Amino acid sequence: MTDSTYRIHGATGEWEVVIGLEVHAQISTRAKLFSGASTEFGAEPNSQVSLVDAAMPGMLPVPNRECIRQAVRTGMALEARINPWSRFDRKNYFYADLPQGYQISQLYHPIVGEGEIEILLDDKDEGSAKTVGIERIHIEQDAGKLMHDQHPSFSYVDLNRSGVALMEIVSKPDMRSPEEAGAYVRKLRSILRYVGSCDGNMEQGSMRADVNVSVRKPGGELGTRTETKNVNSVRFIMAAIEYEANRQVDVLEGGGKIVQETRLFDPDKIETRSLRSKEEAHDYRYFPDPDLLPVELSDDFLIECRSSLPELPDAKRRRYENSLGLSPYNATVLTAEVETARWFEALLAGLGVTSAPAEPGAGAWTPASAEDQDKAKRAANWLLSDLFGALNRLGRSIEDSPVSPAQAAELLGLVADGTLSGTLGKQVFEIMLETGGDPAKIVEERGLKQTSDTGAIEKVIAEVLAANPDKVAEYRSGKDKLFGFFVGQTMRAMAGKGNPQVINDLLKKALA
Amino acid sequence: MTGLTDLGIAAIRDGVADGSVSAREVAEAYIAAVEAGRPLNAFTVETPEHALAAADTADAARASGELKPLSGVPLGIKDLFATEGVDTTAGSRILSGFKPRYESTVSGKLFAAGAGMLGKLNMDEFAMGSSNETSAWGPVLSPWRRKDGGNAALTPGGSSGGSASAVSARLAPGVTGTDTGGSIRQPAAFTGISGIKPTYGRCSRWGIVAFASSLDQAGPMARDVRDCAILLEAMAGFDPKDSTSLDLPVPNWEAALSSDLRGKKVGIPREYRIDGVPEEIGRVWDHGIALLKDAGAEIVEVSLPHTKYALPTYYIIAPAEASSNLARYDGVRYGRRVQPEQGGLTEMYEATRAEGFGAEVKRRIMIGTYVLSAGFYDAYFNQAQKVRALIARDFDQAWASCDLLLTPTAPSAAFGLGEKMADPIAMYLNDVFAVPASLAGLPAMSVPGGVDGQGLPLGLQIIGRPLDEQSVLDAGLAIEERSGFTARAERWW
Amino acid sequence: MSVDAATVRHIARLARIAVSDAEVEALAPELSNILGWVEQLAEVDVSGVEPMTAVIPNILRLRDDVVTDGGIREDVLANAPVAEHGFFAVPKVIE
Ligand SMILES: [Mg+2]
Ligand SMILES: [Zn+2]
Repeated sequence: MTDSTYRIHGATGEWEVVIGLEVHAQISTRAKLFSGASTEFGAEPNSQVSLVDAAMPGMLPVPNRECIRQAVRTGMALEARINPWSRFDRKNYFYADLPQGYQISQLYHPIVGEGEIEILLDDKDEGSAKTVGIERIHIEQDAGKLMHDQHPSFSYVDLNRSGVALMEIVSKPDMRSPEEAGAYVRKLRSILRYVGSCDGNMEQGSMRADVNVSVRKPGGELGTRTETKNVNSVRFIMAAIEYEANRQVDVLEGGGKIVQETRLFDPDKIETRSLRSKEEAHDYRYFPDPDLLPVELSDDFLIECRSSLPELPDAKRRRYENSLGLSPYNATVLTAEVETARWFEALLAGLGVTSAPAEPGAGAWTPASAEDQDKAKRAANWLLSDLFGALNRLGRSIEDSPVSPAQAAELLGLVADGTLSGTLGKQVFEIMLETGGDPAKIVEERGLKQTSDTGAIEKVIAEVLAANPDKVAEYRSGKDKLFGFFVGQTMRAMAGKGNPQVINDLLKKALA
Repeated sequence: MTGLTDLGIAAIRDGVADGSVSAREVAEAYIAAVEAGRPLNAFTVETPEHALAAADTADAARASGELKPLSGVPLGIKDLFATEGVDTTAGSRILSGFKPRYESTVSGKLFAAGAGMLGKLNMDEFAMGSSNETSAWGPVLSPWRRKDGGNAALTPGGSSGGSASAVSARLAPGVTGTDTGGSIRQPAAFTGISGIKPTYGRCSRWGIVAFASSLDQAGPMARDVRDCAILLEAMAGFDPKDSTSLDLPVPNWEAALSSDLRGKKVGIPREYRIDGVPEEIGRVWDHGIALLKDAGAEIVEVSLPHTKYALPTYYIIAPAEASSNLARYDGVRYGRRVQPEQGGLTEMYEATRAEGFGAEVKRRIMIGTYVLSAGFYDAYFNQAQKVRALIARDFDQAWASCDLLLTPTAPSAAFGLGEKMADPIAMYLNDVFAVPASLAGLPAMSVPGGVDGQGLPLGLQIIGRPLDEQSVLDAGLAIEERSGFTARAERWW
Repeated sequence: MSVDAATVRHIARLARIAVSDAEVEALAPELSNILGWVEQLAEVDVSGVEPMTAVIPNILRLRDDVVTDGGIREDVLANAPVAEHGFFAVPKVIE
């Protein structure tokens, strides 16, 4: 564990930044938290609104089991304490996007208590790991949406989002730099996507963060914090922290005081602004929602939540290193996104590589066979360079890769058994990307098979040497560099299909 | 005509079934009574076409042998129940013109059981009141008059005042009410009729305009205990749309009615004898004790030590919940909007709510807001929820020595309009006997027990164990059969 | 608890109810009276007592995650004082 060395260099010396994040993550469900209306993104205004979401008189909330289940699974994935007894409270305030006049949330008894997340500040270095504490996770309703630019004197209200389920994941004030905060959000997003509890789509607002920042002299008393609301990308979160930390240092060094307040992030100007218009004292008058009974989780429910958790990124990364022998960097990159890991594992399956997750609690892995480790390493390298390179070029994500894991396994097999040279392998891959065809068929149809037939190769070599008597003489008189020339000539004469190893061996003999 | 409006629910049902009356005739007779009864101001909306359509369906059903439990029975529906396409205002200006696109579960069940609707019944605004004087649509008058020769207008009680007045004046054979802290029982007592608030969770709250969610319960009001049982059977039942609804079968309360109380123990809570209550109340209570003894019950004295704290507990919890439940009336999605020329959203909220809510509703919202506000939550709201737990525990302990409790329903007979409006706490004291059972979610009923010196009805309250509506109804029936209560309001309207 | 005029105004503001000076005058003693009366609860010994959470013993039922509602925009907007282009309309909010 490393201590952050990130500092703001003020006029009076160095300042340390203390950061805590409240991440609002939309729980992936078909229906809303307390009504049967759809959560689908991008629908016509007010078309996904039930009478409950519009807070019609006499309407009542009935909770969606899946929202509870996903919050609990998320808590388990963060090694957090699950509270078998929790409760919904009302947070009372008036706003045009809040039909009930209150948000149903959890203040006094959240469903998930303390947990933690391990972040890596450097993908190549396990030693850069740092643990960020989770304070709690609670479930709450999202608000509707206001549009201010549609009419000169009205704001328009769309309640499609009203009542969509959110998890609010509250960290401890454990982060000390914008980079740590960025790594935390990326890791959290990765875990949520592994668990399947949130799609992590920040552009569509599925994840957004309230950023709490304060500054202090290194190791000193905690300063007063500000809360910058609803920041919706990792880049903006980091920018908001940097701006806000510098602003606070300026205020303090100017003899001023930090006011505990809510601020807004302006993504155009990359600055935070005080929300003075809403500054009037907030008094949310929380109390238990009398329309809802306490949430009591049965043992069976908890067992199902735990047993349905997938292997999580940290465990997967360690397995890739310890069982498959991958480099820490490759293991980290392959496990960062659940889709990459899923693709990679399908590729391994196609190659017949076996590597079982460690037994829970055992913390040790059985190394895969040397042969499997070799296959896994080749597969990892191929995926991270060839496949990622191609996807980058095509502007595609791995989920809609034109080449399937099974096709890729077949391709790697053809290279491994010498049917294709590395160069031919790349050629075939390009054709696969274009046509979506299977590699064996491509090789067959286009006659791209590598030849290791010594008789045929010797014949071509003889022709090459005969056509270049002067070069042969130069080589034999000590100009070793010409060896590459003969290889190239031979390969070209064979239209690239000669086995390079065999060509090398036979050329050496012929030129000796 | 007089004859037909003398028919109660069981009589109409049976008469329609055996063909001795036609549902159409019954509906027409009651529609005429509703029209003639307009001086009482019991109805906010009249829906004769609804009642007639249900009646015609009933008459056709008899012909085809497909009668339902309430075929041919016209009912009044308290204006707190959302009724599809029919104005639903909860007695408030802020909901004027609101026509829900949905039907409350309870009214929907009654209609599905064959009942028709005569109209919507006036009530205290958002059910906050004990005299029906807080209605935006004017007070309801009780059909009763004191026999002192004066013509003082009396309250029918509240908040289900329109409901009580309509049943008592024979404008409807039965009605729905709701009871948060006595709003079925106290008006029933004031008007000489019966009404039962079932166990919290028996009747779905879905589609009932919320006052205080942890206390609100719907229930029937009718002329006698049997009619209450019939209506309650149709109103009650599990509703997946209400998270607090009880997932239990509805008993056949009517079929099981029995006024034989042998083997039952009836507790008389010592703490309900309080100072300043008229001596007549005690007399009717003693009379009720004698009647239950006569029916075979054993009488035991019990103690409910936290009784005196019930009312202040109620007046923290109910306003707190109401302050939040009524936040949705903001002029955005339905109801009235008042937009001051100067000003934006906040000013629109403030003006809409200032003009839309009446004085008592504002007072309670303010109290509720105060007790939940920063720094006061523990001292008021949380303390009240703890005392509430103690009040519920008092009842639990009482059930160790008895099966039922008998108390007066209200501390006085009906009072005159305007007599208590100046003093909120004096008004709140009306519910001193009714509120404890509400806080504990227990089934409780009021039946007529006798009359006072002015000839005005006085009610007796029976409280039962959770889910034991049957014993409550049985004891009510025992009192009804023995009390010889036959007094009726003389028609003056 | 004696409630003064400033407190009445603050509470009215929280509750979004406009109050005139005359109403503040009248409400201050009324609220003081009522709060003074409910404060007798402070004398009850509640040590070891949990606040009530369910009126009648009952368990919270949970819904399945199925879309069963929505698609009723006309019903949702039917009673709106002002609705335009499928939206509710409110006086312009400046954020
Ligand atoms: Mg926050
Ligand atoms: Zn939140």
